[in-house]
Amino acid sequence: MSGFDKRVASYEEAMQGIESGMTVIAGGFGLCGIPENLIAEIKRRGVKDLTVVSNNCGVDGFGLGLLLEDRQIRKILASYVGENAMFEQQMLNDEIEVVLTPQGTLAEKMRAGGAGIPAFYTATGYGTPIGDGKEVREFNGRPHIMEEAIIGDFAIVKGWKADWYGNVMYHHTAQNFNPMAATAGKITVVEVEEIVEPGELDPSQIHTPGIYVDRLIQGTFEKRIEKRTVHS
Amino acid sequence: MALTREQMAQRVARELEDGFYVNLGIGIPTLVANYIPDGMDVMLQSENGLLGMGRFPTEDELDPDMINAGKQTVTARPGAAIFSSAESFAMIRGGHVDLTVLGAFEIDQNGNIASWMIPGKLIKGMGGAMDLVAGAENIICTMTHASKHGESKLLEQCNLPLTGAGCINRVLTDLAYLEIKDGAFILKERAPGVSVEEIVEKTAGKLIVPDHVPEMTFVEAS
Repeated sequence: MSGFDKRVASYEEAMQGIESGMTVIAGGFGLCGIPENLIAEIKRRGVKDLTVVSNNCGVDGFGLGLLLEDRQIRKILASYVGENAMFEQQMLNDEIEVVLTPQGTLAEKMRAGGAGIPAFYTATGYGTPIGDGKEVREFNGRPHIMEEAIIGDFAIVKGWKADWYGNVMYHHTAQNFNPMAATAGKITVVEVEEIVEPGELDPSQIHTPGIYVDRLIQGTFEKRIEKRTVHS
Repeated sequence: MALTREQMAQRVARELEDGFYVNLGIGIPTLVANYIPDGMDVMLQSENGLLGMGRFPTEDELDPDMINAGKQTVTARPGAAIFSSAESFAMIRGGHVDLTVLGAFEIDQNGNIASWMIPGKLIKGMGGAMDLVAGAENIICTMTHASKHGESKLLEQCNLPLTGAGCINRVLTDLAYLEIKDGAFILKERAPGVSVEEIVEKTAGKLIVPDHVPEMTFVEAS
């Protein structure tokens, strides 16, 4: 027995407590490093009116695109969307509210949320439509806009390996937004390819320390490739 | 003759220096990687969290966990580093990237850039472009000088919503290489066979033409 054992027995248990109207922060870049089984579980549960925070919104029939099929997403904060026809249609019909957010600002909003920093100033977006209505302050002679942090009711994260204390390592560029997402959930759920015994992972190689992780589950992953490019 | 896409990439590559960390946008900027001079070591930064992007993988090397910011499968070169999106944008926003090359719809004489949104058309998002233009000191914009209908894209003031304000100081078009300073474009070089008159005619913003404007030269690729 350990109070630090973050493992749960099923995906149903992993997403226990998610309700309509909640905010969900998701790791991933395109289809790389997305918590694909946790997304599928949210679809299965049929919760609606979600606010989703993620760099992208999947593709038709995969990733966060699955949540569009039953119109489960009311609002999304993302830097780049529209890789999927269903998203485009829902956006044009005003069925989904899209808050386009510069990619670095989105990462920093999650990081700040997890780090207890309520807002920050950045030059990114000043003088553009993104800066409209936001507080402006000058630092070192340059105007900056204030951006507020984000915290999710849930954060859903895809890792590579973890020990059952919830110490997580990511694989290659499947890291992307996952470490920040992991810090910014009131409940952070991580799915990984392999769970190992504590002590098997090198402590100095941990990307997400277990303190951020509430629930952990091992899954199998399709890992769909969005743009397959090979060298002949 | 207007420059080809390959010639534009070749011209941009002349701005590279040994030891540069470089972020290349989608389109013509991506082609710059094909013209890194022999013997020069340049690290490509991909904003999804990769410093030291390598070539595309072979079928055997293909890994869904290894992509670039354009979501293409890639490899990491020897000496590469991989990190989170927050770390990646710390590099970009903190001004640590030596050169950024990106495309644009419009640039104006005050260094404003519009590159992400055409009102009335589907808006997909800015990705990392706003962070890149705000964070980098050294940016080259690549674009065609005028639209298909002959309308200048180098303007007195951008018409489209901005990506960044006052952040561009170098532009390479298919007709010319220009710098932006003190509220004007300065014509530095022209494409082979393109006259100063043609560039003047196709530049709507304030343009300063020095007495001598050298023609770019290109060696035929063998």
